[in-house]
Amino acid sequence: MQPDNPITNLLGQYRDIPGGLLPLLHAIQREVGYIPPDRVPAIAHAMNLSRAEVHGVISAYHDFRTEPAGRHTLQICRAEACQAMGSRALEDHAKQSLGVDFGDTTADGAITLERVYCLGNCACSPSVRIDDSVHARVDPARLDALLAELGEAG
Amino acid sequence: MSGALPVLDRPLTRNVRADRSPTDMAAYEANGGYRGLRAALAMSAADCLQVLKDSNLRGRGGAGFPTGMKWSFVPMGDACSPGHKYLICNADEMEPGTFKDRLLMECDPHQLVEGMICAAYTLQADVAYIFIRAEYHKATRLLQEAIDACKAKGYLGDNILGSGYNLEMHVHSSAGRYICGEETALISSLEGKRANPRAKPPFPQVSGLWGRPTIVNNVETLCNVHHIIERGADWFQSLGLTADAGTKLYGVSGRVKNPGCWELPMGTPVREIIEEYAGGMEEGYQLRGFLPGGGSTDFLTVEHLDLAMDYDTIGKAGSRMGTGTMIILDDKTCPVGFVKNLTEFFAQESCGFCTPCRDGLPWSAQVLDDIEHGRGLPEDMDTLQRQVAFIGAIGNTHCALAPGAMEPIQSALKYFREDFERHIDGGSCPYCDGGNS
Ligand SMILES: Cc1cc2nc3c(=O)[nH]c(=O)nc-3n(C[C@H](O)[C@H](O)[C@H](O)COP(=O)(O)O)c2cc1C
Ligand code: SF4
Repeated sequence: MQPDNPITNLLGQYRDIPGGLLPLLHAIQREVGYIPPDRVPAIAHAMNLSRAEVHGVISAYHDFRTEPAGRHTLQICRAEACQAMGSRALEDHAKQSLGVDFGDTTADGAITLERVYCLGNCACSPSVRIDDSVHARVDPARLDALLAELGEAG
Repeated sequence: MSGALPVLDRPLTRNVRADRSPTDMAAYEANGGYRGLRAALAMSAADCLQVLKDSNLRGRGGAGFPTGMKWSFVPMGDACSPGHKYLICNADEMEPGTFKDRLLMECDPHQLVEGMICAAYTLQADVAYIFIRAEYHKATRLLQEAIDACKAKGYLGDNILGSGYNLEMHVHSSAGRYICGEETALISSLEGKRANPRAKPPFPQVSGLWGRPTIVNNVETLCNVHHIIERGADWFQSLGLTADAGTKLYGVSGRVKNPGCWELPMGTPVREIIEEYAGGMEEGYQLRGFLPGGGSTDFLTVEHLDLAMDYDTIGKAGSRMGTGTMIILDDKTCPVGFVKNLTEFFAQESCGFCTPCRDGLPWSAQVLDDIEHGRGLPEDMDTLQRQVAFIGAIGNTHCALAPGAMEPIQSALKYFREDFERHIDGGSCPYCDGGNS
């Protein structure tokens, strides 16, 4: 992957938008999957900010990654309602069956596992999010089925 | 019985279908949609504001501040220097246990857009933003579609319905920080900066986004506005059972038979919400306590079940109605572990500006973790009590995140003290066998 050109294009698109840094970072992440740290100086230059300011923003928000994630992201909710409904067992199951800890990506690059607080789905706990879809009332068997649907098995 | 309320008395959820499918422009208009907008444009902005004030609408984002009064601080007409005025909808909804705004946005996106156009007209704002949590992809897409449909119909853009009033509206995705929900942090974030809260004064009403007059309101608050303008302050007042007006989206999550979210008259008793709407506790579980309005509100317990869920009643009982979405603590869940989990959330979400919050919250979480795992000492109880007094004091920190984080701890120490002591005395968690700790 050569993340350079798409980023240069995006810099041109967002440089004149007031408050454009966050939309720009979202766009870069959509395009190349993460915010390459070696592009921070170029981002800072385009947005007329210091590198520290750009780094400050990237590191202040949970959604921005500074390294590539897996092809899919699995987030397990750890807020109160989900915990009361068995999300801790789900966390253990996910860690074991994927063989990774939270924040890590499986060796084949398929799935990144994360914990998240509250997906706003508390009436249907426990909840997980796979990529952009939230799934409700997930037990270990259902989680296995959802992951199998990704077609990444192997 | 409120279960049999006529449809019209649930203005906010009248377009919410059983399968939660979104209501589009055609269906929305067929059910009276955008009549409130026409009613507003036929009135002066000052008259709209007066109706809002008379209605006694209070902010649904947690603090319950009277909306009309908040709006009246925005400079109008010649009193306002030339330039933009902004209306921002706070759709960040990251308070643990809160899921009401998502329902409103996913099921009836036009309702929020209409409410916002009427609110912006009242304030004579020319730019509106919906600041939405990044995880809410579906709501983001539906709101953008609703905005586009409004532009096509002349409900947004220049010279709305020939009134001479102009408004543009944008959807802005957040990037995953609970503190972005605090209104001044939200403004910093929208400006493309780190989400650090700002000192008040100056209040955003006078100097907010880019230094211009700005109003930030919650999704549910804004969804009420056009209904009030169309149907009047008296109608709105008549919906509430107690001194507070309107309806409220109440939610219940945890070990109840039928967790969910319902629009009920403001002031519906807690017991009715938990026992009738949420179906009572699941078989084999007892209610120990509940956080009435999300993760940053004080626990209440069984003795408070007959209270009315409104701002003043819950406030007098020592908690806050907050967002009105209750989290139930059952008798098989360890209260210490429950509170620790919440505290870890608030510690993680501190923006780091104030020392009591940045360093104090991880310390509280650590003390709670020690107690939960049987490593606690008797003096840890005093440590927690001191932290509650220091971190929880309004004014020791820049924003309400840190004091909010102390609310579940201080009330757990009050109502579940024996649980803490059993952990410390026994050197282990008495709930561990239940699998919840
Ligand atoms: C840490 C923190 C998080 C908040 N999160 C939200 C939120 O997600 N949504 C919201 O509407 N208000 C939130 N608020 C309250 C807002 O600061 C503000 O009071 C509210 O948006 C005003 O709207 P209202 O008057 O319509 O209630 C939060 C406050 C604090 C201190
Ligand atoms: S109380 Fe916490 S979140 Fe609020 S400004 Fe201070 S450090 Fe930031």
